[in-house]
Amino acid sequence: MSEMNEQDIDYMTDSRPIAVGENLPGCKKRDPIVVAEGVTRSFGGINAVDVEYLEIPRHKITALIGPNGAGKTTLFNLLTGFDTPNSGKWQFEGNSLAGVSSYKVARMGMVRTFQLTKVMGKLTVMENMRLGAADQPGERLSKALFKGMWGGRERDITAQADVLLQKFKLDAKKDDYAASLSGGQRKLLEMARSLMVRPKLVMLDEPMAGVNPALTQSLLDHIKNLKAEGMTVLFVEHDMNMVRHIADWVVVMAEGKVVAEGPPGEVMKNPAVIDAYLGAHHDVDLGDAEGIKELEAELVADDESVVGTEDAGILSDVVEPNKEDRK
Amino acid sequence: MDFGFILSSALGELFSPTTAAYALAALGLAVHFGYSGLLNFGQAGFMAVGAYGFAISTLTFKAPFFIGLLIAILCSVIFAFILGIPTLRLRADYLAIVTIASAEIVRYVVTTNQLTSVTGSANGLAAFEGDFYAMNPFPEGSYMGMNNRDFFIRVVGWALVIVCCLLVWLLMRSPWGRVLKGIREDENAVRSLGKNVYSYKMQALVIGGVLGALAGMIFTLPRGAVQPSNYGTELTFFLWTCLLLGGMATVLGPVIGAMIFWVVLSLTQSLLYGLIESGVITWLTTVQAGQLRYILVGVALMLLMIFRPQGVFGNKKELAFA
Repeated sequence: MSEMNEQDIDYMTDSRPIAVGENLPGCKKRDPIVVAEGVTRSFGGINAVDVEYLEIPRHKITALIGPNGAGKTTLFNLLTGFDTPNSGKWQFEGNSLAGVSSYKVARMGMVRTFQLTKVMGKLTVMENMRLGAADQPGERLSKALFKGMWGGRERDITAQADVLLQKFKLDAKKDDYAASLSGGQRKLLEMARSLMVRPKLVMLDEPMAGVNPALTQSLLDHIKNLKAEGMTVLFVEHDMNMVRHIADWVVVMAEGKVVAEGPPGEVMKNPAVIDAYLGAHHDVDLGDAEGIKELEAELVADDESVVGTEDAGILSDVVEPNKEDRK
Repeated sequence: MDFGFILSSALGELFSPTTAAYALAALGLAVHFGYSGLLNFGQAGFMAVGAYGFAISTLTFKAPFFIGLLIAILCSVIFAFILGIPTLRLRADYLAIVTIASAEIVRYVVTTNQLTSVTGSANGLAAFEGDFYAMNPFPEGSYMGMNNRDFFIRVVGWALVIVCCLLVWLLMRSPWGRVLKGIREDENAVRSLGKNVYSYKMQALVIGGVLGALAGMIFTLPRGAVQPSNYGTELTFFLWTCLLLGGMATVLGPVIGAMIFWVVLSLTQSLLYGLIESGVITWLTTVQAGQLRYILVGVALMLLMIFRPQGVFGNKKELAFA
């Protein structure tokens, strides 16, 4: 495998180990794209982020999980220059990002989306997309007056945007104001717009929050496809099923620190992670009747649970699977 | 009452140099607020900087007209930088606070007695328009009922308005204008796409400020005098009225807004005066009537905001989701 040329690797099926050595918090990666060292940020005496060492693997989908207030979004802000850490070094593709402003970070190829979706409501969907494109000479004041100097690039950008909008099923909406889109469509638009920059690393802050389940699957496919196109993805998410389905690597944060790292299957079995975040019965999918039966069976066996004891039902009615089934 | 006279004087306001000046300054505000979301409550300050920059360079430094013009523009650029450098990295409201204060600072500085030799203090400056009228290509005579001087300043003023409108329109349809509109909507999102938001906001502030300075010159030239009392806070708010009347994120909106503003002012004034003189209204003096017309403009603005909040030219869709 080692003699394989980097060019020939299909990133979708590449199964070489991600970490060098053991999968411990702060472990070295075979091919890191982002390296953060000693990055701290405190808000009024509380350490929101205190990351000793973290590497993000290139050409992989990395999930950043952790309970509310674990510092995930703050870490995003620090890495992308939207906030300044109190101390620490961090680099992207070997270039130090200390003191680099957020727009320059984006130009280097590290593009983020926001937890609270930010679309330009009073611009059309197409204009939103065009705004994302890089290298438009018409964005310079000196050339803006003369359409001849930017019209050609504008056509390229529009073609690029058309392809992306089609992929994200927004092509029918392209002349509508972005403010008329639904919450889920805005998430899609924001993601598509960030791809207009042609980034190397896409950082998605809760891409699934507020997205209708019918859209979830297509959004998951889009994120997986980013990897096929040679991009690296880092995302924050609370939906464990999503993490399990698409992440190659999971980083768990709690109270600002990285507490565990590893492939999803391994991390979710880690007792520290289960206690801190997942809850004891995280691996049950409550979406189907089987899952609920399974959960009940597990709870009967669980000493701390009232299910299966004489106190059963004192907190709520017993779940009736057939009622849940109608969906 | 002479309705013919009332109507003709109202129509005269349509193309008066003052209307042109208001249109230019409101166009500057459209660049600031309508397109970039910069809350500039000090456009009167930019106008004062332009007017005084020109008058002082002409009178004190004996500069020829075009040098004076350049100095006026340069002063407004510097003024924009002074306002922008500390505030444009902050939230929009800080710029509003700083602009409203600095416009007053400009007015108080030129009113200072110690500077009387340069700024003329409260009396202002006069007799600086000679070079301008020396360039008048129109021989003496009557042009549509105006003398050649009045006609010349109107031609220059409105030519300037047309050129500036064209420039703003060209800029706003370009990708540069798109970035500005993006910043108006959400500057962090634009930043995350790799655009230098600070630099774009500064460019917009400078361009709108230069338009304000040009407006200041068009405002003072026909008067032949520049006085600090003309550049008070109320001027800024009249300009905002023009902008809101016409429509914020439009090119023609501020121009039409300025026309409506002055026609309404002129119509209400002459109608009220006519009614008072003919004895129909006995409970008002002409002085009170002069103030009542501003109240009427305010009422007109309220009605417009209620029934057509996007202004005359604004796009209803752009407001529907605000």
